[in-house]
Amino acid sequence: MSDRFFVGTRKGLFSFERRSGGWKQAGVSFLGIQVPMLLPDSRDGRLHAAVEHGHFGIKVHRSGDGGGSWDELDAPVYPEKPEDAPEVLDPGRQVPVPWSLEKVWSLEPGGPDQPGRLWCGTIPGGLFRSDDGGDSWELVRRLWDRPERGKWAGGGYDYPGIHSICVDPRDSNCVAVGVSCGGVWRTEDGGETWEQGAHGMAYDFMPADQGGADPDAQDPHRMVQCRSAPDHFWVQHHCAIYRSSDGARSWREIENVQPSGFGFAVAVHPEDPDTAWVVPAKKDEFRYPVDGRFLVNRTRDGGKTWEALTVGLPDPPAYDLVFRHALDLSPDGTRLVMGSTTGSLWVSENQGDSWELVTTHLPPVYCIRIG
Amino acid sequence: MASISFAPSLQRHVGVESCEAAGATVRDALEAVFAQNARLRSYLLDDTGAVRKHVVIFLDGESIRDREALSDPVSADGEIFVMQALSGG
Repeated sequence: MSDRFFVGTRKGLFSFERRSGGWKQAGVSFLGIQVPMLLPDSRDGRLHAAVEHGHFGIKVHRSGDGGGSWDELDAPVYPEKPEDAPEVLDPGRQVPVPWSLEKVWSLEPGGPDQPGRLWCGTIPGGLFRSDDGGDSWELVRRLWDRPERGKWAGGGYDYPGIHSICVDPRDSNCVAVGVSCGGVWRTEDGGETWEQGAHGMAYDFMPADQGGADPDAQDPHRMVQCRSAPDHFWVQHHCAIYRSSDGARSWREIENVQPSGFGFAVAVHPEDPDTAWVVPAKKDEFRYPVDGRFLVNRTRDGGKTWEALTVGLPDPPAYDLVFRHALDLSPDGTRLVMGSTTGSLWVSENQGDSWELVTTHLPPVYCIRIG
Repeated sequence: MASISFAPSLQRHVGVESCEAAGATVRDALEAVFAQNARLRSYLLDDTGAVRKHVVIFLDGESIRDREALSDPVSADGEIFVMQALSGG
């Protein structure tokens, strides 16, 4: 297992390596600039980073040496809106959703049978595809042109966005994407046709018959797929935790999760679809650990019961929040790495039974990738 | 020809230098610069071609009026200055 991971933060990209004295910061790139998304591509060893300049927009950089040096690539660019394309309005504010990149919110590789294939999810909701390792990108118009996009709203941002991209290990043409707030969209033909999959998700603050259960309006915060049982998915939704066992076509709520069913991040064990981790917070607009007690919840029985994991995590009161991309799990399912909005970073080598504090002094953590 | 210069932060990221640029409008002058430095475009303009929210373009000491089409006319001795706004860091 690689003894390295990468951390994208509000103020730069940091790499950490395990040395004789424990985990240590090994490298830093883009110091002072937001790094919201990273992808270490195990197919070719290259590292991709989305770099978000507050003033100058989003750039994408690629490294062939683990972050020692970088090449700036062309970021995904939205095409000019055709005159005959309908104006899609944000459903809440009734303003046009721009054909313009606001954020790179997910980066994932295609299958091993697709060298050079990358997927990029963005705000305001477009999905981009590259077949040359990120040298160039194309907007997947078949999803962007779906009329249901008129019901997608922003979830914490001004416009909707694609934050999760799951490529089926059995068939690289089967891809499921999570949209906040637009539900779950699935393709089985590499992006030519798409279907909504968020059936069963619902908001608890809006009646179902008034749109509360409309799949096109749902807010899955984060979606993950079990590698060895790819019909099984987990979603941390705005209101609850959900599971699917039919390839993200329908979802069942995991009820009565204590101390809260609200959170952002979720991870599923690569070999066991019933084992998953979430990081709970007080729901909706509060978003801090319930009663100031920061913990990780783990289930080993598909969500029927949960263990609160706290060994090595701070004693209360602690107000760390873990964002949707700030929890990662190693490919063998043993090592978890987690970072928080207060700049703390932890590693667990035993599926969360205990945690080692690596640092408390990073900028707010946005994204963690083991690789 | 009009002159166009850039704040140090832009120079740091994308290697641009002050120069002269021919153009009847701010758009034309910038396009002349982009022809020599293609990567600069995405630092100043979003995908629709409008000026980025946290970028300010001054023409003869005043911020340009048309941030969408950049149609402000540029005189023969006009001075364009491009910088980041105080917001957006």
